[in-house]
Amino acid sequence: MTDARVAGVGLTHFGSHPDRTGRDLFATAALRAFEDAGVPREDVEELNYGNFMGALAEHQGHQAPLMAEAAGVNCPSTRYEEACASAGVAVREAVRTVRAGDADVALAGGMERMTNLPTDEVTEGLAIAADDLFEVRAGVTFPGAYALMATAYFDAYGGTREDLAHVAAKNHANAVPNEYAQYRKEVSVEEALEAPPVAEPLHLYDACPITDGASALVIVSEEYAAENDVDAPVAVAGTGQGTDRMALADRERLARTPAADDAADAAYADAGVGPDDVDVAEVHDCFTIAEVLALESLGFFDPGEGIAAAREGVTTADGDLPVNLSGGLKAKGHPVGATGGSQIAELTRLLRGDHPNSEHVADAEVGVAHNAGGTVASAVVHVLEVAE
Amino acid sequence: MSAPASNGGYDEWLDALADGEGYALVCPDGHGSLPPRRVCPECGAAALSEGPLAETGTVETYSVVHVAGPRFADDTPYVNAIVDFGPIRLTGVLRGVEPATEAVAVGDRVAVGVEERATDGEPLVVFRPATEE
Ligand SMILES: [Zn+2]
Repeated sequence: MTDARVAGVGLTHFGSHPDRTGRDLFATAALRAFEDAGVPREDVEELNYGNFMGALAEHQGHQAPLMAEAAGVNCPSTRYEEACASAGVAVREAVRTVRAGDADVALAGGMERMTNLPTDEVTEGLAIAADDLFEVRAGVTFPGAYALMATAYFDAYGGTREDLAHVAAKNHANAVPNEYAQYRKEVSVEEALEAPPVAEPLHLYDACPITDGASALVIVSEEYAAENDVDAPVAVAGTGQGTDRMALADRERLARTPAADDAADAAYADAGVGPDDVDVAEVHDCFTIAEVLALESLGFFDPGEGIAAAREGVTTADGDLPVNLSGGLKAKGHPVGATGGSQIAELTRLLRGDHPNSEHVADAEVGVAHNAGGTVASAVVHVLEVAE
Repeated sequence: MSAPASNGGYDEWLDALADGEGYALVCPDGHGSLPPRRVCPECGAAALSEGPLAETGTVETYSVVHVAGPRFADDTPYVNAIVDFGPIRLTGVLRGVEPATEAVAVGDRVAVGVEERATDGEPLVVFRPATEE
């Protein structure tokens, strides 16, 4: 088995781009990824592309060939849909393909266009990541589902809205220097606490925004990089995926995310590392409580302990384990089908030293990306390592 | 949008719940699930029988929803809850309480039935506080 390396990363600005089509967003991200990689387009042997709600947002199905065209590649192209984990799964498949020797170069990433829809239609669109019969028809919204998990967490372990507000404040502060981020402004704990409710106990600043954007990665084999003199210092050392019962009500425990436990266990085993080896993490904070659940599934904290991590400064930029130095989904934005690729792009830049927040993790060698779908019925975890 | 298609299994279950005869599917090992099912999602057993729900259930978690999609636009604010009824948990809207976090608690006892969604009259799984005996 060969090693998979990240040769190049490309992102669009995350935010509101009402005048830009999905194909234009992905084309931009791919263009930047090719520039960053210094790999010619004609060497790409596979496109793995993530997208969640393109059929609703742009009346566009069958997106993979369209995005291959937009990126200027001609190769087998497949769209992956796993709700908010769509791009994480797409990247995982690219890594597996390269490792298996089926391709030397793969283009992976994703795109979501969301702000062109009215807010209530986006709310409805996001809700379809839940069980339509037993959850959506019963009043479950996307924020509402995470609010159910937050109440269950508070009941099981304790914790307060103020603990969650510290997660929001941390991630907003991290986004300030990130040129790709949707909200480059600080939010204080007080402002977060006073914001209007969305689905209590979650309020406006507990929730990620509605975002347009795209991500693209050029993944190459170690041999290809060596033979073609491609600078690709970051390896995808581990990949793992987990699945859980679709409906929250069917989970054994409502304040835990075992699909992410499984994905993390597999990714750590694949990389031959453990949680103690990790220097920096990008986790799926679609809501503040989701970051807490992620920290626990990744093994950084015992169940019930992750809630205090931001407040106590463990996961802040100058803490022992900086989490979401990109700003996270919370402040950088969450173009659903692009997010998993974006996390790996940010982590790669952090590890290479060319991220505006790299100074906080100057000696970092191991990073983890955690991407979740729905209420974590799907989860993908990747371990990145500085290989040279 | 065109008229919604029927959802065999689910529609029958909802009708039964509305008639006060709600049930869960139960496998020989006692795992509960909701229809339609061919096999138990926990163990794969194909021998599923209908088992009764508990008379009242226990609120395991809840939220107060202020922002919803078009199908619940006139229902907000509402309390969404997951309630344990023995073989299974159900998700639904808790009525008969103020839609406020302090008006509900984990552990509250509730009954279940089917009522209409305020927005469009479609059937909705509804919990109400269990009456004192
Ligand atoms: Zn069973």
